[in-house]
Amino acid sequence: MNSRIIVINIIRWFILLSIQVLLLRNLSFYDLATPFTYILFLLLLPFGTPNLLLYLIAFGTGLTLDAFYDTLGVHTAACVTLAFVRILFISVTVSRDNFDEPEPSLGNMGFKWFSLYALLCTFAHHLVLFLLEAFKLTELSYTLLRCLFSGIFTLFTVILVEFIFYNRKSR
Amino acid sequence: MRNLWIFINRYNAFFLFVIFFTIGVVLTVRNNAYQRSVTFNSTNEVVGHAYIRLNIFKRYLNLGEVNDSLARENARLNTAILALKNIDTAKNEVIKDTVNHVQYTYLAARVIKNSVTLRNNVITINKGTLDGIESGMAVISAGRGVVGIIRDVSPHLATIESLLNKDAKISVSIKSTKALGSLVWGDRNSDYKKAFIKDVPNHFQVKLGDTVITSGFGSFPPGIPVGSISNRGISTGDNFLTIEIKLYNDFSTLQYVYVIKDKLAQEEKSLELKLPNEQ
Repeated sequence: MNSRIIVINIIRWFILLSIQVLLLRNLSFYDLATPFTYILFLLLLPFGTPNLLLYLIAFGTGLTLDAFYDTLGVHTAACVTLAFVRILFISVTVSRDNFDEPEPSLGNMGFKWFSLYALLCTFAHHLVLFLLEAFKLTELSYTLLRCLFSGIFTLFTVILVEFIFYNRKSR
Repeated sequence: MRNLWIFINRYNAFFLFVIFFTIGVVLTVRNNAYQRSVTFNSTNEVVGHAYIRLNIFKRYLNLGEVNDSLARENARLNTAILALKNIDTAKNEVIKDTVNHVQYTYLAARVIKNSVTLRNNVITINKGTLDGIESGMAVISAGRGVVGIIRDVSPHLATIESLLNKDAKISVSIKSTKALGSLVWGDRNSDYKKAFIKDVPNHFQVKLGDTVITSGFGSFPPGIPVGSISNRGISTGDNFLTIEIKLYNDFSTLQYVYVIKDKLAQEEKSLELKLPNEQ
């Protein structure tokens, strides 16, 4: 892992988290859908990241978000879940030997792979996030509805951002 | 031991997930008051439901005993009905209802000394400890709003710290918006017909002529009219409005007042003393 990737990821962390905290936090459609685009940072971490480091990064990112959202623990748990799903998905779909691509971006992996990857990670993250936030099963259908709409919204923004920074040359 | 270590290492993704996820959930539950209360509630709910289920079975076991007691009660009530039927209805008297569960009782008193022109006005009334008056009780006038709070009591007399006093501070609310505030006099104001409401957050829409009533916090019962708004929102530069109101009460012609005895005052005070952070 060279220093360039580290710098790029740090910059990406700052940009995505500030967009999330400054802009997207105030955005909500009918109290149903709120995008959590910051998870793109966790999605785009390099393939070679060790599991422990990945969890620590996810934990730290979640904790930072929680500090801004005043919901200590909720985003943390959601981000950790996302890291778990990410590890599972990558271990199933990408063979361990050819980590020739540096990071799982849309340009590197193709639309089909990336959209499925983003879909699974997003919904795992949102499911934990909204269930922990609501913390009761009586409103389960409403919670799941919010989860679904927010998930679609997040997925949309994530793929949109990926298309904007689409870099086919690296493939 | 080594095998266990290899096993854990192979599935490290899962074990790390469990560890970090647990930390996240523990943080959530410990630091967010809502989640904490819900956790305790739902456990109680489970226990409660178990007891309800248990009780359904238990009730059957006691049916015999319940039947006996109902039969006894029926017999007693039947005798009572028979006894009542033989009463001459023309001779019925009005029976005074001794309701035990009224929280506030009113004691009428006559004003024997009053002033409206001083900085700190004190009213004296002709009832004292022998009539059950204690320091801290609320005083209102007949249907016309708050007067003050009892300060000192002697056996036959009591002094009231009038609302027209720089220390007076009474919790009130605006009837239409339910906005809470504190009623004060003083502060560059010596007009006995005017008072001010402070600490109303300035996002409340205040209308001229809105009624101001007591909020029920403190010694005054809720809903007692105080006055009507005569000037909304005097800007003071902070986040709170200062509202001028016209008092319903004419302090200069005060003749009779009611002292309000709150049966739960002692209980409330002793309960609130237990709060560690209460100032």
